[in-house]
Amino acid sequence: MKKRMMSLISLALVGAMILPNAVIADEAAADEGKVLNIQVWNEEFKSRITDHYPGYEAVDETHGKIGDVDVNWTITPSDDNAYQNNLDSILPGNVDAAADDKVDIFLIEADYALKYVDADANVAMTMADLGINEDDLAKQYKYTQDIVTDANGMLRASSWQACSAGLIYNREIAKEVLGSDDPADVQEAVKDWATYAETAGKMAEAGYKMAATVNDTYRVYSNNVTTPWVVDGKVVVDDNIKAWVDDSKAAVDAGETTTAELWSDDWSQGFYDGTVFCYFGPAWFFNFCMHADDETSIAAKGGWGYVEGPQGFYWGGTWICAAQGTDNPTLVKDIILTMTTDNDVMKEIAQADADCVNNKEVLAELAADDSGNLELLGGQNPYEMLAAGAENVDMSNTSPYDQGCNEEFQGAMKNYFDGNAADYDEALAQFNTAIVEKYPELVVE
Amino acid sequence: MKQKKNNAVVRYNRWGYIFLIPFMVVFVVFQLIPLVTTIYNSFFENYMSGLKQIGPNFVGLKNYIQLLTQGDLMKYFRNTMIMWILGFIPQILLSLLLGAWFTNPQLRLKWQRFFKTVIYLPNLIMASAFAMLFFTLFAKTGPINSILVNMGLFKQPYDFMAHVGSVRGLVAAMNCLMWFGNTTILLMAGMMGIPDSLYEAAEVDGATPTQIFFRVTLPLLRPILIYVMITSLIGGLQMFDVPQILTNGTGDPMRTSMTLIMYLNKHLYSKNFGLAGALSVLLLILTAILSAIVFRVSAKDDVH
Repeated sequence: MKKRMMSLISLALVGAMILPNAVIADEAAADEGKVLNIQVWNEEFKSRITDHYPGYEAVDETHGKIGDVDVNWTITPSDDNAYQNNLDSILPGNVDAAADDKVDIFLIEADYALKYVDADANVAMTMADLGINEDDLAKQYKYTQDIVTDANGMLRASSWQACSAGLIYNREIAKEVLGSDDPADVQEAVKDWATYAETAGKMAEAGYKMAATVNDTYRVYSNNVTTPWVVDGKVVVDDNIKAWVDDSKAAVDAGETTTAELWSDDWSQGFYDGTVFCYFGPAWFFNFCMHADDETSIAAKGGWGYVEGPQGFYWGGTWICAAQGTDNPTLVKDIILTMTTDNDVMKEIAQADADCVNNKEVLAELAADDSGNLELLGGQNPYEMLAAGAENVDMSNTSPYDQGCNEEFQGAMKNYFDGNAADYDEALAQFNTAIVEKYPELVVE
Repeated sequence: MKQKKNNAVVRYNRWGYIFLIPFMVVFVVFQLIPLVTTIYNSFFENYMSGLKQIGPNFVGLKNYIQLLTQGDLMKYFRNTMIMWILGFIPQILLSLLLGAWFTNPQLRLKWQRFFKTVIYLPNLIMASAFAMLFFTLFAKTGPINSILVNMGLFKQPYDFMAHVGSVRGLVAAMNCLMWFGNTTILLMAGMMGIPDSLYEAAEVDGATPTQIFFRVTLPLLRPILIYVMITSLIGGLQMFDVPQILTNGTGDPMRTSMTLIMYLNKHLYSKNFGLAGALSVLLLILTAILSAIVFRVSAKDDVH
């Protein structure tokens, strides 16, 4: 009996080696786990899989099926770091977890990507271990790979989005104040920060806010820094970040913008009431956040336009990681390949969801004809700009502390803008206090 | 014979200890062990950096020294006390007034049960939900601002969350609203425990209701007042959920509404058990000292 088993197994092994790729996938999957656990922080990836992954059937809100594998979605919102706390408590023990409880896929964002692709932490499988090689990922933008490459040069995640971002402006207001809503003319009025400030003055005179809050422009500045937040364990405030503080203080004092938090009601009012000239964001921003599905929104009427803005930047993006210890490596590999490299699927995503996909060929196709025209941008085709932006994104100044530093810095500076801190130094002192609380190992000036 | 009787007593007393077991087990597991480990942890450097664990390394009193010299511990203590006092004074006055009205037999208030229930109701809402509600109500584009602007009281919407006074005032108002019902019930219990004969004697002597309240009710209410004050003080020192939710955990503007426990909570991000442990021990000492002071001052006359 035992001998027979052995020979069967060796036969299967030999067979596996001979058979073409696709067939192995199915064969191997048969021996793998029956439950695919996916950790996410919102509905985005779930809806992408539901709409675009061949063979996925939704069962209910948090369950689905791929063939005979049950898919479990665990959605933990990012607020208050809850999503990362959840990952931190389960990922280190994932290898030893019971087969059906093992996390197979988890998603990460740019702000904290370095924490989870760290070679020492080793919680995300390398793409090489999964059997995905460089050629498979050749159509992706380089920056999307740089940020998830560990210290040993191993790639540990893959993304379907290229999140180069720009300035999204209200066409009505552009016509009224600037005399034209043509992207070329608008770009001329926001081509650098000095011109931007000048235009902000005109907007304020006409009774409009240039941007909803100072935090809108923050990422544009913070992505164009020359030093990372932390150098040799010491926190450094880059000159460009300081420039954001100075420009923002001037804008707040002149009544050209506010100090509301991003995502607050005060901030998102401009999506509806037409009092805000511009927002800053990448493709997922106008797709996911501007409420195009709500008839009363400006997006639903196609009232926005897209230009590059004062400086190129990126924002966010979602990367798919295979959890170390997964018992569904074949299925995970297929999901990653399908969602982040397959031209047909990615074009579908771009057209159905107005997402800017991480695929040079698809973006080139979309930019070349009218298939990339977006209704919420009044029929404008943003893909050429988005593709050009993605080529230029530079991730070399990211650090594992970015999320905490960005959040705390904006929070501390709000006091300065509101006049509660006497000067910049007092607000900076509060930032330093908060950073040492979050990261006790860091030193501040 | 004597021996035998002693045995019987011991055997009988045994039941006392047996009945104590459930309490002792719960106390040891959920109170004593955490307390001892907190103190133990406070002498170590022990936190997470990303997914990496740093420590535990024994560092002696370094955490305490760091808290007392570098942190803004006194500032957070002051914030906590200011917000507690701002809320406690109106709360105790309101409760005394309501308690006196409810227990005064001459007034014969109708609908007493209804009002007692209503004033207790805010305490049944979760503090976080209550704070969330206030956050929405007092947002810059919220309903309170639009009412005030429409009535012509304000020209511009007032940013309640960006001013020290308004944030602290809102926190105090919420705490007052949530707890005055509870305090009223406690004070009423104390007032009803005062013998009627004393009131009658005072009335016969021609005392006015005001005199009765200050000369009879208040002095006899002192034990209950001390109890209310100490429990409120301990609760006040542990103030967390209301300002945490209202300011989104920042304690802004400029951390003027950050309480001691909110500061403790800040160390949870890096799971900094050492520093958080040291802070907890300091809080314990502080609570003990303050309670002792309140008790001494208010109970001084009772000693005689």
